[in-house]
Amino acid sequence: MKETAISIRELTKRFGDFTAVDRISFDVYKGEIFGFLGANGAGKTTAMRMLCGLSFPTSGSGTVAGFDVMREGEMIKRHIGYMSQRFSLYDDLTVMENIRLFAGIYNLTPYRTRRRAVELLSRLNFLGERHTLVGALPLGWKQKLAFSIATLHSPEIVFLDEPTGGVDPITRRQFWELIYEEANRGTTVFVTTHYMDEAEYCARVSIMVDGEVRALDTPAALKRQFATDSMDGVFRTIARGAKRAE
Amino acid sequence: MNTDIIPFIRKESLHILRDKRTLLIVLLQPAVMLLLFGFAISTEVNDVRVAAVAPHRTAGVTEAVNRVAHNPNFTFYGYIQQNEIDDVLRRGDVTAVVVFADDYDRAVMQAAQGYAVNPPIQIVVDASNTNIAGTASVYLQNILLGTASAQSLFETRLLYNPQMKSAYNFVPGIMGVIFMLVCAMMTSVSIVREKEVGTMEVLLVSPVRPTKIILAKMIPYFVISCVTLAIILLISRFVLDIPMSGGIGGIVFVSLIYLALALALGLLISTFARTQIAAWMVSAVVMLMPMIMLSGMLFPIENLPLVLQPLTCAVPARWYISAMRKMMIEGLPVGAAMTELAVLCFMLLAVLGFALKKFNDKLE
Amino acid sequence: MRTLLVLIQKEFLQIRRNAFLPRLIVAFPIMIMLVMPWITAMDVRHVGVAVVDNDHSGVSRRIISHIGATDWFTLHGMAADYETALRQLERGQVDVIVEIPEHFERDMVRAEPKPISISANSVNATKGSLGMQYVLQTVAKTLKELQAERGLVAGASELTVVQNRYNPSLNYRHYMIPALMIMLMVLICGFLPTLNIVGEKETGTIEQINVTPLSKLTFSLGKLVPYWLIGLFMLTVAMLIARAVYGLWPVGAPGVIYLAAMLFILVMSGLGVTVANMSDTMQQAMFVMFFFVMIFMLMSGLMTPIESMPRWAQTITLFLPPRYFIEVMRAVYLKGTAFTELWRCFAALGLFALLFNLLSVVTYKKQA
Repeated sequence: MKETAISIRELTKRFGDFTAVDRISFDVYKGEIFGFLGANGAGKTTAMRMLCGLSFPTSGSGTVAGFDVMREGEMIKRHIGYMSQRFSLYDDLTVMENIRLFAGIYNLTPYRTRRRAVELLSRLNFLGERHTLVGALPLGWKQKLAFSIATLHSPEIVFLDEPTGGVDPITRRQFWELIYEEANRGTTVFVTTHYMDEAEYCARVSIMVDGEVRALDTPAALKRQFATDSMDGVFRTIARGAKRAE
Repeated sequence: MNTDIIPFIRKESLHILRDKRTLLIVLLQPAVMLLLFGFAISTEVNDVRVAAVAPHRTAGVTEAVNRVAHNPNFTFYGYIQQNEIDDVLRRGDVTAVVVFADDYDRAVMQAAQGYAVNPPIQIVVDASNTNIAGTASVYLQNILLGTASAQSLFETRLLYNPQMKSAYNFVPGIMGVIFMLVCAMMTSVSIVREKEVGTMEVLLVSPVRPTKIILAKMIPYFVISCVTLAIILLISRFVLDIPMSGGIGGIVFVSLIYLALALALGLLISTFARTQIAAWMVSAVVMLMPMIMLSGMLFPIENLPLVLQPLTCAVPARWYISAMRKMMIEGLPVGAAMTELAVLCFMLLAVLGFALKKFNDKLE
Repeated sequence: MRTLLVLIQKEFLQIRRNAFLPRLIVAFPIMIMLVMPWITAMDVRHVGVAVVDNDHSGVSRRIISHIGATDWFTLHGMAADYETALRQLERGQVDVIVEIPEHFERDMVRAEPKPISISANSVNATKGSLGMQYVLQTVAKTLKELQAERGLVAGASELTVVQNRYNPSLNYRHYMIPALMIMLMVLICGFLPTLNIVGEKETGTIEQINVTPLSKLTFSLGKLVPYWLIGLFMLTVAMLIARAVYGLWPVGAPGVIYLAAMLFILVMSGLGVTVANMSDTMQQAMFVMFFFVMIFMLMSGLMTPIESMPRWAQTITLFLPPRYFIEVMRAVYLKGTAFTELWRCFAALGLFALLFNLLSVVTYKKQA
């Protein structure tokens, strides 16, 4: 039995009459890269926001990093990192100032902040840019920086919401190298994406349609199950019956 | 009007109608402000609290104090001791203290017979507000001395505002400020937001001419402003009882010119401001101050230092308020406000022309 | 604690990077303090007077010269008849018309003259009533002098003396300057925090903060403290300018003013943050704030006296926080009132500060 980082049962979120997430249940194991796939409007972001303690579940139960998603949202936040779909670092602060801000929020000691900053920036080859305003960086750089800041405090789990949206293939490749490095250090990575080639990089993927999880397995097993040679085919077969779009 | 502008107007109207909260605020706010301020703002002096110091409460003293107590402008606080004067004034419990001399009755009698006496009444006023202090002391002197004999030599008349209702005076001012801020704010912010979000570019690549797009943005806001104008005029007429004997047509006409000017100013702001925050700061903080201060709304223009008086000419609200005072309160026909109307028209053309030019320049 | 310092440092960095805010924070108080006191001189001077002299006698000439010699009035010369003068009044050139009837001097001797009529344009109520009172007093004094000279009434001995305390030079500016400092704080400490928070909502950065373990209280303090410091900085600048330019310094203890200001800024920014938390868009937040600011500026006694309002409106003012700060400012600045005598105002300000800041923490939702 592998140790779980995330374990949820029947998690549901309703907005009025609309059920955005409908009784989803799954486990994510420690140290794995878990792909969370789904068409636009399938409920991925809502589900993820519940796991991060940004949104209260309407019903269901579950734990993230060992804490209850219903009651211990603030405790969860101490043990996770989050990178949102919208780029959300401060454009009018420099790279270093952003790092110092989030290090302060997570209560890192000044010594550890400096060490982590050098570590992260040299890994990204960013040391020369540390006094540049974030707003002046190209999008791909910003995304890599946002990822590094999300892992600044060495969280147990890091949540990435469509981290590679709108960047070129080379940068996407580099971005996934960062994700692998992080996973190799034992961090659990929970990532949503639109790119099916990225799904292949994940240890296991789940596919959401109309608020429900319709499939969950390793990419190889899924391809076998749906008798196709690409994740693209798997996704198209499952998502064909989707009622909700955008 | 060309038909290709219609979809744009519809789109803009939908934006406005979708955001019910903002729409409600925009429509209700002017009405609430007008009612509150119309009734509440007043510079007339009343309810002045007065205390008295009288070592001997003789018949003469009591009679004088009663005259003060019964006057509607004053509230009698009570008799206090000589050494309490400073305390009650400093705490702000009273505005004035009337101090009667020991020999008040005798002194008044002697003075009537023509003897020189020391003044038997001292009025100590809290002069921190000089207006209240001045008016209160003049009123108090007249009441205490019962200068009825002198009154027969005069006949006094207050023109245009016989009940001295300040509402009369403030309504045009409030109209001037509300229209300017609401219209200028709404347009500038909505345009800047489209720039921020990037939808402006989408509109601009369409084959419709930019000028038309701008026009289409302004028309729905103009309609909202007209609704606001109607609400304000109805409240002014039926709740605040402002006569408007100068003719409603002229009032509406001048107001429409002013509304258009306000929208044009909003457009101008939007061509300069890059972010919504900047647009807000300019229209709410930077414009609000001169608007309240230099428009003659609260502070009469002729009281301003000579250096500043020419500056007020650049404030559109000044001309509008002056025109509205003439037509709504003094009951003059639109002909009496020709100068104001001409200035407003000129400003409208100048601002609109400049804004459109800036807007087109930006595109190239 | 260290987290709070980091947050405050971040706010200041962002303010410094902004193209507009640093200039606003420095230039706004200077501009307001240098220009506004001259504008708000609401004391009634330069009352335009037109005289219609139908008598052309020694008495009427004396009345006219007395009016001309008083610095309250600007004598706009003689009008041929009442109609002409009225037209001048309608055009706004004069405020008060004095009409001296025919044969006034002759009839005055017989003690039953036709009255002198004084008409004032009261569209501006202050100027109308006060202007009329001044004209009345001046003309009455002239007549009394004349009557005394001619032995019609016994020696004119003054029966009253007026002692003006706290502002003996009767300078209206001294009354307005403390209030202007408050206006400054209402505008800056009300609008800036609101804009800041709604801005973070719109750019999405607040979400990145929400997913951290940062406590609501620390977050709110991180937003409040910078504006608290900025407000106190602006107050200091304004007080120094008031001293250097207008020679005005609190008669009482400046410490009392600072204490009240500290509470008041908390009230304003607490309100601003609450409004921002409860709004979806910048437009909503700003219209609501604008509504409060207008009411604060026009109804809390800042520009027009509370005593002049009707009773129901006076009751409303009890719920307007600036009212108490204005009372403290004016009392300490002009009258030297002590803290112990103003405890009610401080209690009210403290209560409002507590209320709005509790609200600002409660309405801030990290988890929806």
